[in-house]
Amino acid sequence: MSTQQIRLTGAGGQGLVLAGIILAEAAMREGYNVAVAQSYGPEARLGASRAEVIISTQKIAYPQIDQPDLLLCLTQEAYDKYISNLGEQALVLADSSQVLIATNHLKPKIIALPLQQAAIEQIGSKLVTNVVALGALNALAQLVSWEHLAAVVVERTPQKYRAQNLKALEIGCALTQTTKESRA
Amino acid sequence: MAKDYRQYLRVAKLPHVWCPGCGHGIITHAIAGAMADLQLDPDELAVLGGIGCSGRASFLFETDAMHTTHGRAVAFATGLKLARPDLRVLLVMGDGDALGIGGNHFIHACRRNIDLTAVIYNNAIYGQTGGQLAPTTPTEKRSTTSPYGNIEHPFDTVRLAVAAGATYVARTTSFDFPEIVRFVRRGIAHKGFSVIEVLTQCPTYYGRLNDLRDPSQMLYEFKLQTIPLEEYNQMSPEERAGKIPIGEFLCEERTEFVESYYSLCQLSRSV
Amino acid sequence: MSKQEFVQGNEACARGALYAGCRFFAGYPITPSSEIMEYLAREMPKVGGVCVQLEDEIASISAVIGAAWGGVKAMTATSGPGFSLMQENIGYAAITETPCVIVDCQRWGPSTGQPTKAAQGDVMQARWGTHGDHPVIVLTASWVREVFEMTVHAFNLAEQYRVPVILLLDEVLAHLRENVTLPAAGELEIVERTEDTEEKMLNFGEGARLMVTGMAHDETGFPAQGEKAAQHLKRIVGKIEERAERLMRYQGFYLDDADYLIISYGITSRAVEAAVERLRAGGIPIGWLDLKILWPFPEKLIREISSQMKYILVPELNLGQLVREVERAAAGQAPIAHLGRVDGSLITPEEICKHVHVGALSGQTRGSAPTS
Repeated sequence: MSTQQIRLTGAGGQGLVLAGIILAEAAMREGYNVAVAQSYGPEARLGASRAEVIISTQKIAYPQIDQPDLLLCLTQEAYDKYISNLGEQALVLADSSQVLIATNHLKPKIIALPLQQAAIEQIGSKLVTNVVALGALNALAQLVSWEHLAAVVVERTPQKYRAQNLKALEIGCALTQTTKESRA
Repeated sequence: MAKDYRQYLRVAKLPHVWCPGCGHGIITHAIAGAMADLQLDPDELAVLGGIGCSGRASFLFETDAMHTTHGRAVAFATGLKLARPDLRVLLVMGDGDALGIGGNHFIHACRRNIDLTAVIYNNAIYGQTGGQLAPTTPTEKRSTTSPYGNIEHPFDTVRLAVAAGATYVARTTSFDFPEIVRFVRRGIAHKGFSVIEVLTQCPTYYGRLNDLRDPSQMLYEFKLQTIPLEEYNQMSPEERAGKIPIGEFLCEERTEFVESYYSLCQLSRSV
Repeated sequence: MSKQEFVQGNEACARGALYAGCRFFAGYPITPSSEIMEYLAREMPKVGGVCVQLEDEIASISAVIGAAWGGVKAMTATSGPGFSLMQENIGYAAITETPCVIVDCQRWGPSTGQPTKAAQGDVMQARWGTHGDHPVIVLTASWVREVFEMTVHAFNLAEQYRVPVILLLDEVLAHLRENVTLPAAGELEIVERTEDTEEKMLNFGEGARLMVTGMAHDETGFPAQGEKAAQHLKRIVGKIEERAERLMRYQGFYLDDADYLIISYGITSRAVEAAVERLRAGGIPIGWLDLKILWPFPEKLIREISSQMKYILVPELNLGQLVREVERAAAGQAPIAHLGRVDGSLITPEEICKHVHVGALSGQTRGSAPTS
């Protein structure tokens, strides 16, 4: 990989910026240059929100993304808004418990996983959906090593929630395994 | 050696610019008197004023002095006091300065109980700009922008300061020089936000517009209108009509802002 | 030794301030600058400095000036609406020659505008926001590390010349996080308020019995009129204007063989950097002037450079502000095009490339250039 442009989209309060920060910091530890720009509305909760992560072996001059290589959609609104603007080899991860995948968007590779549902059923809180998504996204795109990602998750979350977030990361990763198996 | 009040004034800058009969000189003299009574070191004092007739008092103190912008003296002083807790910081403000344009800073300084001493020269009018309506102009009184009489209700500085959280609050008038000295002295000695309101005469505008041209008559009116607080408290509502209570309304101890801030610095290092 | 860190623009500003020796911050919450105050609220007490949230931005700048006279390096940070409220006392700082730093994280305006969208619309306000002729220095930055460096530089200039220094950032840079190696202790020069500064300053509490006023005044600090007032104003304005060349701070790229030039600043420079590489790779003789100081405007530099250019493009996130200064400085020597964007998004490298291609081929000038 020389440059990966990753767009994380959903609603305010879903922790997309934090997910972007965790991913970028892990990538930085692997020697990449990273930039995380955020875009959000005036609301602290709900409203459209997105984080844009660039991971590159080169200097990152322009800090925003035009067409992402990787797109995460946690809400229908975000999916509808961003699905049509993708890089050629883009991979899309959508939360199947929130997003209805339109059949006319079959061209990009779309992987739909029940991210929020997994967070609620296996951890009992939808608040960790962002970390479940991060685990899944990283497993699908092989962005950074598990060790670095887990280490940053631990550092960036309060002690009380560390175990829960590490589990969320694992659940996200595991979700992709079941997909691969079912596809095979 | 006892200090003379003149040591606290820039005598070379006198005479002052205020009109004949104005009460601002009396208050300024009294503040210098309070400084002398307390034997303060002029180099540990700072006097800050705003804009308006009262602001000109800031030029008269032989201390570090700042003539700030309209209404903002309290905010400038907040920064100075936080940066230099060792300085005693006094504010000389007008009623428009402190309660009109600077009202927000004033109530928040009261709330924080920051160790500043605010002397409010209240002449119930905007003198320097030509006699316009002030937030302290009594109802029905005339100004150049309320030519038919004021339809608004004036602020009661004392009640405002007490409600907002000041911990030393007193009121007197330019009629009673020794009492101004005493209250300012008490205010400076008090740790916390001290408010001393001094009702003062503006014969040039307030007097002329309200049929009270003679300064001595205006001073005499203060004597007639004001009632010592203890006496006022014994009066019936009917008797209180048209009367203004004067005296010390509040003097209490409460955590002071600058001291709390520096305690917090200690705490932050141990967290 | 410094290490790679993952730092947000606003955090870099706060850390730069502490590095420069700032020990007083007063502010009022406003998007997108609030993280500066949040960081300092946590860290300032640990070094015995003051960080307070006051009742509004007017109080904040007032307290900063009061603290500066108390002998402390002082700063505030805000965004458009708050910056507007501060203007009167920025003038007070200018006329009283008070060293202080004002950070403006620009957002889309006017008025409340779009609090979470970047803009470069305060360029003229930073220079001329307060009434009357006055001195001011305005710096800008494009990278997170540069935010740190320029914050330090802002304090150095403020102390050296006794002048308010404004650092213009923007929403994207304020919130951008990137991997950086921040300067180690001792790596950057720090100007302290000593007898050696070019414009000497006395503080309160040192027995000088100073008189400070926002009125026109003479050298003793007391009100003055007429010729004395004129002298006062000319001196405070002149002390910065006369040092304009020395204060100049920019980076030039490919200027030697350039026929076409881009002049940019702030966050927009990052799109330009990407565009310039592409244009050069495509054989276009493009040059780039990346400005780090906007005021005093590097007039002489631009006058000299523009005589060699066939086309100059000024991209900025506004409807035409710095471009007017470029036009004035270039004085008709080269056609000047403006690329302004005000939809809340950044100007992209593609847009810049397109404008250069179109402009360079047809020699378009301001007014006829397509705007987004």
